[in-house]
Amino acid sequence: MTLSAESFAYVAEIVRRRSAIQLDVGKEYLVESRLLPLARAAGQEIDEFVDALRRRQDPGEITRVVEAMTTNETSWFRDGVPYVALRETEVPRLVAARRGVGRLRVWSAACSTGQEPYSVAMTLADVLPPSMQAHILATDLSEQVLERARSGRYSQLEVNRGMPAGMLVTHMERVGTEWQVAQPVRDMVEFRAHNLLDAAPAGPFDLVLLRNVLIYFDMPTKAAILERVRRVLHPDGALMLGAAETTLGVHEGFERVSVGRTSLYRPLAVDASGAPAPAVVGPPPAAAATGVPLPRRTAAPVLPATTPTPGRVTSTLPPRGATR
Amino acid sequence: MRALVIDDSRTMRRIVSSTLERIGFETIEAGHGREALDHLEAGERVDLACIDWNMPVMDGLTFVTEVRANPAWRDVTLMMVTTESEQGQIVRALAAGAHEYLIKPFTADAVRDKLDLLGLIPAEELA
Repeated sequence: MTLSAESFAYVAEIVRRRSAIQLDVGKEYLVESRLLPLARAAGQEIDEFVDALRRRQDPGEITRVVEAMTTNETSWFRDGVPYVALRETEVPRLVAARRGVGRLRVWSAACSTGQEPYSVAMTLADVLPPSMQAHILATDLSEQVLERARSGRYSQLEVNRGMPAGMLVTHMERVGTEWQVAQPVRDMVEFRAHNLLDAAPAGPFDLVLLRNVLIYFDMPTKAAILERVRRVLHPDGALMLGAAETTLGVHEGFERVSVGRTSLYRPLAVDASGAPAPAVVGPPPAAAATGVPLPRRTAAPVLPATTPTPGRVTSTLPPRGATR
Repeated sequence: MRALVIDDSRTMRRIVSSTLERIGFETIEAGHGREALDHLEAGERVDLACIDWNMPVMDGLTFVTEVRANPAWRDVTLMMVTTESEQGQIVRALAAGAHEYLIKPFTADAVRDKLDLLGLIPAEELA
């Protein structure tokens, strides 16, 4: 059963209205693959399902469809190199800069089922000194995925996607046939529903991850989202985008800097129009007080007993070759 | 890049080999650890070994231990590919010298993710 052009246009319209995500012609397969499970659950063919959706205009149903369309598959430590840069360069720099504050704040935007914020949390758990706390705010449009993310439970197939074995045995626990993120790492992450079209969560954040999500938005929306992010970034904080993304040509309020083998974006204090803009707006962050103490590392990362080759893969996050 | 695929199931060897070949590896196969050591002792160049745990004659963990005991083979990256999924088993394999651990069943994307972690995606794939 294929999707009619009419059904596709309707779904594209409600998704655009509710999330500003553009579903261009050619993305029919995406609509089909995401909505088929919902249609089947209702005992309907996909066109019948979309017809009923249009007739009923039930806000709850429409929300479920928009959520199904905007949920992304994610893997652990996606692209590898950015996490090595965090571990080896950016986090140590931030630790030194925030020594007086004793706390790092991270925002993982469009976090989907939680692999990204938990990957950041595991990285921080390994490298932050005991005197430093971390709080990671993880947001997504979809309540459904946030609920899954909060549980911290993943199937074997999901864990196989990019989770280094050393990290797995250090930061996850076997629960029946699944794996669960260990409590100390879960405690570092707060999941909350948020639409990137709305005002950003209260800053300042030392690090914002906005990875592989801007591609879904049109140009003015991309620029508006980047502006909101810029305003909640600490002046010496950093924005991390997806491997193939850049602010260049979209928003001029960022400076691209090379960190390790990846690029990060630092906010400029002057906005795109040239007018001075405060680096941070909004009320003082009440959430800043919710940072939890980091777990003391009770166990060293599990490493092979011998280090057969210098520079070879023996750490919990192996050195990487080149990125894709 | 050259991979040695070690598994007592011929079907599984073909699945692992064809996944690696699609990524750009040349592959050779062995039905157990002893046969795999024969390949290495014969001087075959191997960049990556994908190793099942439970096999007749010589199991995967013994193979890993043997490879790690010989400095001549220190450049061989060792990845367990097994149904053994207990946390304690993963720790044992890493402690014996395995670099990575992939639990069956797996998808082709999961193999690629692991090779990416290991810095073993062939250069032509990166172009």
